[in-house]
Amino acid sequence: MQKWNLIIDVAKCENCHNCTLSSKDEHEGNDFPGYAAAQPRHGAEWIKIKRRVRGEGTMVEANYQPTMCNHCDDAPCLAAGVDGAVRKRDDGIVIIDPDKAKGRKDLVETCPYNAIHWNEELQLPQVWIFDAHLLDQGWKAPRCQQSCPTKAIEAVKITDGQMNARVAREKLRVLRPEFEAKPRVYYKNLHLMDTEFLGGSVQCRINDQIECIEGAEVKLLRDNCELAKVMTDVFGDFKFDGLEPGSKDYTLKVSHPSYGSASVTADLPNSRYIDNILLEP
Amino acid sequence: MIQMKRTLLKGILYGTTLAIRQGLKSNPPAIKQAGNTDCIAQIMLKDTSIGRYYVFKDGRMVETKSGLYAGQPQVSLVFQDVDTALGFLSLNADYHSIVHDAKNFKAAVLGDSKLSVWFMQLMNLIVAGNPQMGTPMPDGSTRFTTNTNGGPMFVYVKDDKILRMTPIDFDDEDAQSWTIEARGKKFTPLRQGVINPHAQGLKSTVYSDKRILYPMKRVDFDPNGERNPQNRGKSGYERISWEEATDIVANEIKRQKKVHGPGAIAMAFGSHHQWGNVGYYLSALLRFGNMIGFTRVVPNPDSWEGWYWGATHHFGNSMRVGIPGHYGLVEDCLKEAEMIVFWSSDPESTNGYASGLEGTQRRFWAKELGIDFVHIDPNLNATAQLYGGRWIPVKPGTDPALAIAIMNVWVNEGLYDKDYVDGRTTGFEQWKAYLLGEDDGVPKTPEWQEPETGVKAHVVRALARAWGNKKTYLAAGGLGTGFGGACRNATGSQWARNMILMMAMQGWGKPGVNFGNLQAGTPLDHYFYFPGYAEGGISGELNFTACAVNNYQRMPHVLSMNPVKQMIPRQRLADAIVDGKATGYLWDGSSAEAQFAPFQYPMPGYSPVHMIYRYGSSSFGTVANSDRWVDMYRHDSLECVVNQSIWMEGEAHFADIILPACTSFERHDISDWGNSGGYIHHNTDQLNHRTVVFQHKCIEPLGESKSDYQIFTEILNKLGLGAMFTEGCSELDWCKRVFESSDLPKYTSWKKFLKKGYHVIAPPPENLRTPAYFRWFAEDRHKDVPEPLPLPSQWADEAGKGLQTPSGKIEFVATTIQRGDPDNPERPALNRYVPSWEGMRTQELVDKYPLQLITSHSRYTFHTYGDAKDSTINDIADHRVCIDGYYYWILRINPADAKARGLRHHDLVRVHNDRGSVICAIDVSPLMAPGTLKSWESCAEVDLFEDPRFGRVDRGGSLNLLTPQRPQVKNTEGMGSNSCLVEVEKWTYANEELIRA
Repeated sequence: MQKWNLIIDVAKCENCHNCTLSSKDEHEGNDFPGYAAAQPRHGAEWIKIKRRVRGEGTMVEANYQPTMCNHCDDAPCLAAGVDGAVRKRDDGIVIIDPDKAKGRKDLVETCPYNAIHWNEELQLPQVWIFDAHLLDQGWKAPRCQQSCPTKAIEAVKITDGQMNARVAREKLRVLRPEFEAKPRVYYKNLHLMDTEFLGGSVQCRINDQIECIEGAEVKLLRDNCELAKVMTDVFGDFKFDGLEPGSKDYTLKVSHPSYGSASVTADLPNSRYIDNILLEP
Repeated sequence: MIQMKRTLLKGILYGTTLAIRQGLKSNPPAIKQAGNTDCIAQIMLKDTSIGRYYVFKDGRMVETKSGLYAGQPQVSLVFQDVDTALGFLSLNADYHSIVHDAKNFKAAVLGDSKLSVWFMQLMNLIVAGNPQMGTPMPDGSTRFTTNTNGGPMFVYVKDDKILRMTPIDFDDEDAQSWTIEARGKKFTPLRQGVINPHAQGLKSTVYSDKRILYPMKRVDFDPNGERNPQNRGKSGYERISWEEATDIVANEIKRQKKVHGPGAIAMAFGSHHQWGNVGYYLSALLRFGNMIGFTRVVPNPDSWEGWYWGATHHFGNSMRVGIPGHYGLVEDCLKEAEMIVFWSSDPESTNGYASGLEGTQRRFWAKELGIDFVHIDPNLNATAQLYGGRWIPVKPGTDPALAIAIMNVWVNEGLYDKDYVDGRTTGFEQWKAYLLGEDDGVPKTPEWQEPETGVKAHVVRALARAWGNKKTYLAAGGLGTGFGGACRNATGSQWARNMILMMAMQGWGKPGVNFGNLQAGTPLDHYFYFPGYAEGGISGELNFTACAVNNYQRMPHVLSMNPVKQMIPRQRLADAIVDGKATGYLWDGSSAEAQFAPFQYPMPGYSPVHMIYRYGSSSFGTVANSDRWVDMYRHDSLECVVNQSIWMEGEAHFADIILPACTSFERHDISDWGNSGGYIHHNTDQLNHRTVVFQHKCIEPLGESKSDYQIFTEILNKLGLGAMFTEGCSELDWCKRVFESSDLPKYTSWKKFLKKGYHVIAPPPENLRTPAYFRWFAEDRHKDVPEPLPLPSQWADEAGKGLQTPSGKIEFVATTIQRGDPDNPERPALNRYVPSWEGMRTQELVDKYPLQLITSHSRYTFHTYGDAKDSTINDIADHRVCIDGYYYWILRINPADAKARGLRHHDLVRVHNDRGSVICAIDVSPLMAPGTLKSWESCAEVDLFEDPRFGRVDRGGSLNLLTPQRPQVKNTEGMGSNSCLVEVEKWTYANEELIRA
């Protein structure tokens, strides 16, 4: 049985909001009986983009993560809506029935991802429906994918076996697996949202001038264990990514065959940019 | 022979009666046009020997006979002779003859203007039949097409309601895509037109509570009595009928001419409008303006500024307003470049110009190929966020110092192209002496620039060395080849000039060395003719549009002309009204010299302005120091203000009469995606697929709103000018004339085009691709790219070789400045660094207002067209945030600056200086360099109220209320609005109730 999955690459999301806007374009002012009642114009982003800014100084990043209903296979909302208020389609899509779920504010609380929106005016819990109504008419993909300029969003209809293979191959992750809800929305490069980096700039005093040092080797160590190794770029910059938030006691060992070496220790309450690592002979 | 023709004419006239009968029975558009009109129309020869009349009653033809009507017909189409009549009445009328005959009185339309237009448009509809528009969909909806400032779209409509709007996915019938091969990889673009967010939000602007649905009059404006100009912006409105509204406007136009004389009416409009060739401001609006005569409010080159007033003098290209061209550069960059320096360049936000997000995928290709990116900008902008690369934050307005220091390193370390400098440039020895401090004792080293720019000297050296050693593309401004950003501040012209000089030192035009950021220069067809909007559409305006380039030949239409020579520079409109005088410098790309001559308002012989006819958008968000506009609108001398607007926003609140226009989804239009024409020749090279679109009238106009064209027609009917304005055509008829003027009929039929709605123009075969820009210059050959510039007389040496400059080379010391403006310390011929007149060196100001505010082109709205309007765009946190039910404009601030002022994320702040106060919500993040604030210009709202503590305050977000109106350089008209010192402080509502100010 082929089922729908959504794969989102955080590294490709540029915060343009075409996905969010296309969802509103599709649903605001439009009722699709059996699928969804109209989405409010403001306030309820069925697709919502989260921003995470990391770093300091001149090594700063902003990463963006589109979020929406995860269409979980073991969704708590499904369990709470067994009476027909919530149903799981054969193709994997979860639908909160716009008639039967009326008044069911309790469903909002069931979602561990806070992806269910309460429509106060209609007294209705609502989610992004994967554009099931369009897929049923023969559309090839949901609108968020079509509108996405970088194709950071990709919908695939494949078997769970094929999907699992892809998850392993591309190192995809779901949000908060510990909820055991079995989401059908997967993320690539999610480390940009939930880990820290340690970066810096390597310099040397040459002829009484500070210069950026390209081609210095930088080793990241903890407990005398080498975790990773990179070379500095033309600005003397380097970066180690994917480090655990709040992790401590890192050592950076920097060396260059002509300009000497340096050693720096660092803790990571947050991502860091150490912009003045000076090599000494 | 003549007898045969006479018989034929009689036969045709008889045939018209059958066609009209049939049309009014079975052709819905014709039936609708007929309405319940009563009209007696007659077609006749001047010598009265042949004629036929038609009597319409209640929209039906109740009588028609050969011969002349016994009484006075209301409409007469009178032809000089049989041949003329046959030409006009042919099914495939030749507009060359028609227009010629009409202009030379061989054909005349006599009688009531309104009925004349009605009758001619009805006849056209009857000939046109009822072609199928759009594609029927399985769910009973119709899929129409449209074109927008943010790209072409499908529009799904059911029961006269827009269901959805999506990007266009190209199908197998559409022309194939191009492929570029670079470094062993093949790159082909997505088979889709990629759109901007502001396009994806458009449905919500069509169905918006802010729509103006009927004509209105300010309650205390009495055209025959007290006009109360002092209350503009404060008092409310009452609904009036179209009849009353057009009466008031038409009578006021007559009164202005009689009482004050030509020049009394000024037309004011924004730089852009809803996309399309017929309804555009350079089209229908100019035609209307030329019919009534108006004082021109001339725009400054507000996205080009420093390039026009500065850069052009070093290398020419005045007809591109001083920016470089782009041909072939996507391929050259992908194949050759090793690094791209984005300098004040954020194409992910500004997208070059009107080209959706088409360039995005191409920049990912560059990353895939390992091309390094560097971003020089006080903000880690959206482009830097998406692709990464070294961020070099620079203090606003100090960019020229950074550029000069980089060039200093190049000289000191021999990292420039000496052969190129020797052979292709002049004046380098003088420039070199300046860089090294030989002429003023100050070597312009990286250390010299550090306190100025805030960029560490070692970082400058690292950048200079990487740049000097790698084949580098310089992305200067959003388009990569200019536009926006640092060219819009006090030092904007210095910066743009330095960009040219840097490229001159690196061998501009050699493989991998050029301007660009992959935004422009795709291998598309440059020979397929379809007019861009700057070609004037239906305006017939030869002097102030690019109509003369192609449009006038290709689409025969009656020329129009504005006999009022008086002009007001747009940035000085408030001064002109309030102070009664203003000086400006003209935006005229025909030569490098045209910009040097000032012009004055008022101009002898003309009346000062007493009426403003304002059309579309809001100047409060786009014109510098726009707080002055409040005083202007309330000035005694302004007797009447008309605002023709779609939404109740911005300046509409300051009008006496408001005329509700409909959106482009409620009228027909036609256009080529991204094709501006004019000063941005071949702008379509930003696209991956060149796409011509029929912009269907998807739904009926909402409420009583009407298309701009229709509004103009109805006003002009009351001045007896309707037939002249329309040439008897409806907007659909004009679309067809535009279609026929283009190369499109060679590839598709009108019928098919109306149904499918778009046509993709095939890219040329690989061996006919346009060569890389400036390669010909680097190699000292004849020019080999298809841009018709400069004008022939502008070549000093052999035409076609070298540049527009007097030497024909890139000039380090600009001869045209030496000649035209020799003693201007703010624009010396040698591009010395002159610190900003409003920046970190203006200590007295800095003490009061220590933060530098930049207001960039917006990301989520195309100028004012996507903002506010209750649009879904408002929910984007990088655009506006909703706090206590009100959507506030976003202002970005560094955490240190926020902390120093006790401010937290999404606090409301009052941004202020001596020029005014604006309330914004702050976005606190290290994406902003310390000491610098960034927001967007082009806010659509202005929401002024009296704060008992601070006086007049705007909470709409029009930060241009605060920007300086001083030109960036003396003797120019260049905006310097990105040089703006402010302070911010936490703001809460006063206890008193808000009173409109």
